[in-house]
Amino acid sequence: MEMLSVKNLGISFGGLHAVDSFSITVNKGELYGLIGPNGAGKTTVFNLLTGVYKPDMGQIILDGENITGRSAIEINKAGIARTFQNIRLFNNLSVLDNVKVGLHNDYKYSSIAGILRLPKYYKTEKAMNERAYEILEVFGLKEEANVLSANLPYGKQRKLEIARALATSPKLLLLDEPAAGMNPAETDELMETITLIRKKYDVTILLIEHDMKLVAGICEKIFVLNFGTELANGLPQDVLNNPEVIKAYLGE
Amino acid sequence: MSFITYLINGISLGSVYAMIALGYTMVYGIAKMLNFAHGDVIMVGGFIIFTLMSSLGLSPVLAVLIAIVLCTVLGVTIEGVAYKPLRKAPSLAVLITAIGVSYLLQNLALLIFGAGSKSFTSVIPVPAISLAGGRIPISGETLVTIPVCIIIMIALTIFIKKSKTGRAMVAVSEDKEAAVLMGVNVNKTIAITFAIGSALAAIASALMFSTYTNLSSTSGAMPGIKAFIAAVFGGIGSIPGAMIGGILLGIIEILSKAYISTQLGDAIVFLVLIIVLLVKPTGILGKKIQEKV
Amino acid sequence: MKKNILKINKSTRNNMVTIGLIVIAYAICQSMIVTGNMSNLLQNLLVSLCYYSIMAISLNLTVGILGHLSLGHAGFMCIGAFAGAFFSKSMVNTIDNTFIRFTLAILIGAAFAGLFGVIIGVAVLRLRGDYLAIVTLAFGEIIKNVLNVLYIGYDKRGIHISAEDAMSLNLDESGVVIVKGAQGISGTPRDATFTIGVILLIISYLIIVNLVNSRSGRAIMSIRDNHIAAESVGINITKYKILAFSISAALAGVAGVLYSHNISSVQSSKFGYNMSIMILVYVVLGGMGNLRGSIFAAILLTLLPEYLRFLRDYRMLIYAIVLIIMMLFNWAPACIEWRKKFSFKNLLGSVFRKTKKEV
Repeated sequence: MEMLSVKNLGISFGGLHAVDSFSITVNKGELYGLIGPNGAGKTTVFNLLTGVYKPDMGQIILDGENITGRSAIEINKAGIARTFQNIRLFNNLSVLDNVKVGLHNDYKYSSIAGILRLPKYYKTEKAMNERAYEILEVFGLKEEANVLSANLPYGKQRKLEIARALATSPKLLLLDEPAAGMNPAETDELMETITLIRKKYDVTILLIEHDMKLVAGICEKIFVLNFGTELANGLPQDVLNNPEVIKAYLGE
Repeated sequence: MSFITYLINGISLGSVYAMIALGYTMVYGIAKMLNFAHGDVIMVGGFIIFTLMSSLGLSPVLAVLIAIVLCTVLGVTIEGVAYKPLRKAPSLAVLITAIGVSYLLQNLALLIFGAGSKSFTSVIPVPAISLAGGRIPISGETLVTIPVCIIIMIALTIFIKKSKTGRAMVAVSEDKEAAVLMGVNVNKTIAITFAIGSALAAIASALMFSTYTNLSSTSGAMPGIKAFIAAVFGGIGSIPGAMIGGILLGIIEILSKAYISTQLGDAIVFLVLIIVLLVKPTGILGKKIQEKV
Repeated sequence: MKKNILKINKSTRNNMVTIGLIVIAYAICQSMIVTGNMSNLLQNLLVSLCYYSIMAISLNLTVGILGHLSLGHAGFMCIGAFAGAFFSKSMVNTIDNTFIRFTLAILIGAAFAGLFGVIIGVAVLRLRGDYLAIVTLAFGEIIKNVLNVLYIGYDKRGIHISAEDAMSLNLDESGVVIVKGAQGISGTPRDATFTIGVILLIISYLIIVNLVNSRSGRAIMSIRDNHIAAESVGINITKYKILAFSISAALAGVAGVLYSHNISSVQSSKFGYNMSIMILVYVVLGGMGNLRGSIFAAILLTLLPEYLRFLRDYRMLIYAIVLIIMMLFNWAPACIEWRKKFSFKNLLGSVFRKTKKEV
């Protein structure tokens, strides 16, 4: 069953095709890796999928729904959440509050209810708190719930970003270089966390990475992007041994 | 008064705004701060010239030259004492400090010269002329202001493009850290920027107060705000933007005051700014800074 | 959920402390007045301390919580002042009950100011940082300038508006001119009292803290901290920007109504960028996002020039120097080092304490 179906996606910046005829099909529950040399256009693909950029051509279908050209907010509501290459946390908010912002659209009450502290405020905040703590528990961040997110160590900040994205109950989770800047121990922990959330949450994952250990370790399929277009696509053992792929990374 | 006269007066006022705006935009582009006290440096310049001419009887040329020197010193001193220590501080903190400096200058002037406004004697000895058979009168001040401003702006543009210091200024404005790695002395470059901006302010004050001769401690504030608006209008950080923004602003102001309403002239200028920014959020020549996602 | 309860208690505790301090200060002032221990000078300033405090905390909502620099806040105060005064003056014979009339004036002032907050919020949606600041400055000046030339009166036929003079309103004999151009509105009933001012301050404070500690508040702060991330988790940036702007403006309107009912006359010329900047100084000195700090700073910096009166002509000069020194002291790295070395904990230090949450 297809979760994400992308056909001929493309965008140009000032005449340069950053992404060209990009097509991919990600099945429900799959963990798909997106790799390629620096500047290949991987983050641009993510930006296209999440509505940060509007594509010049092509279409994006999420779980049967055509979301091409929609805004970032609408796309999140449709079911895509992401993390960023450079961690984007709400630095002046606590760990708990970061997750609660992720829960914003699932636990609603009006601003008036908040200002006047009506019963709905207390009821909804309580439910939101419980859910937020649940999520933090999964990521091992429960102890740091009231710590300012900017004060977390790097590895935990990454986890928090993923936790926040998951709080939006997405169907598709896009992780942009989650292992960037991590040492081998932290990377192993990350791999465990990703495996855990796949089991616990019914979420499909598309993952950009440079760390081949992680990619080879957990990805079920791999898509190789080079110069904005497809270089290889398929099972890890095929893709990673593909001479063209090796050439692209290592040069002639 | 005909439309042409208003237009020319507008260009004249606009070129003064442009010179002041250059100071704002250069400092903003290079030191990344809004020097709120810039307008008050103009007021100080005006008072220096006034005092030198009326109390010491110096000639206009000498008075203006001394004012340029003193304003330059003032600008560099302010930078060194009040802004340099806060270079790593949040930009809002520097803004408030600049506001403090602005208050300081205004109140010093108030203390020394009193609250009443002085009548500035024009430093421009050129007589008025009349074109098109008397239908287009042009004041001597306007005749001098426009060419002076144009020459200075051309000189500044050449300086920025060709001289080592000029290119250092551009480097610091684009990437401070990289500039340091390239061997650029950032402190010196920023000081020079303030020096140039303040010198321009002194010249602008000589020209402006020669035309609009009311001089008091608050005379620099509104022109300063308008020049700041002009800089934003043209795209903050862009030197040609400051020039275009300034001249356009002057024209809009004079024409609005002439044809719509004297009292609402300023409001109309502000309204035009808002409309322009609604259409082009980074100003006329402003660079669209793509936020990297 | 024990941790959970403790956390809510911590911020609630903080708020109670602030309100407690306000109430205590009020009680002290009232007892001083009753026993004749308060100078006339200070008594006349009391209501102004209230409205400047409200201005400071409402601006903090825009600058510290939403993270947008606004240089036109005085414009909202102006609108509230005029709307409220217009209403009170027109209704002074129709509505006898001062309490009802003044409450309505407050609501009307807040509503009009809030409306302009929405307008300006919409106008600055696409603008970033300094461009946004200059547009708010421009709006503030436009409001001031337009009200400066506006004449508004009413008669049996309705409300008449003119931008030229009172005559062109063409009112009949029953007509009354309320807004008189540069002279503004005079003869407003002096309904504002210190007690009412303090109550309104506390209400305004509660509105803001309750907003901040709620879902909408978190959304607003997420926009401040990282608007791209906020969008990526589905926060409606437009809605929350406008919400913050309008509430901030409405509260400034309330401050305006206090103002115009305190000195019985109001002219728009008083509400230019000078006042906007003064309020901004209170917010920055008190700490962005720190509401208690804003109130302290507003009170301190309103009283300071008055108590420096003995310095007569030099007082504004001293004020400016004190401001510069305070800023350098607080933020210059050399001073921060020095302060860490000696770590003195006095009231000044704790008020201007920089935590990660501020600035």
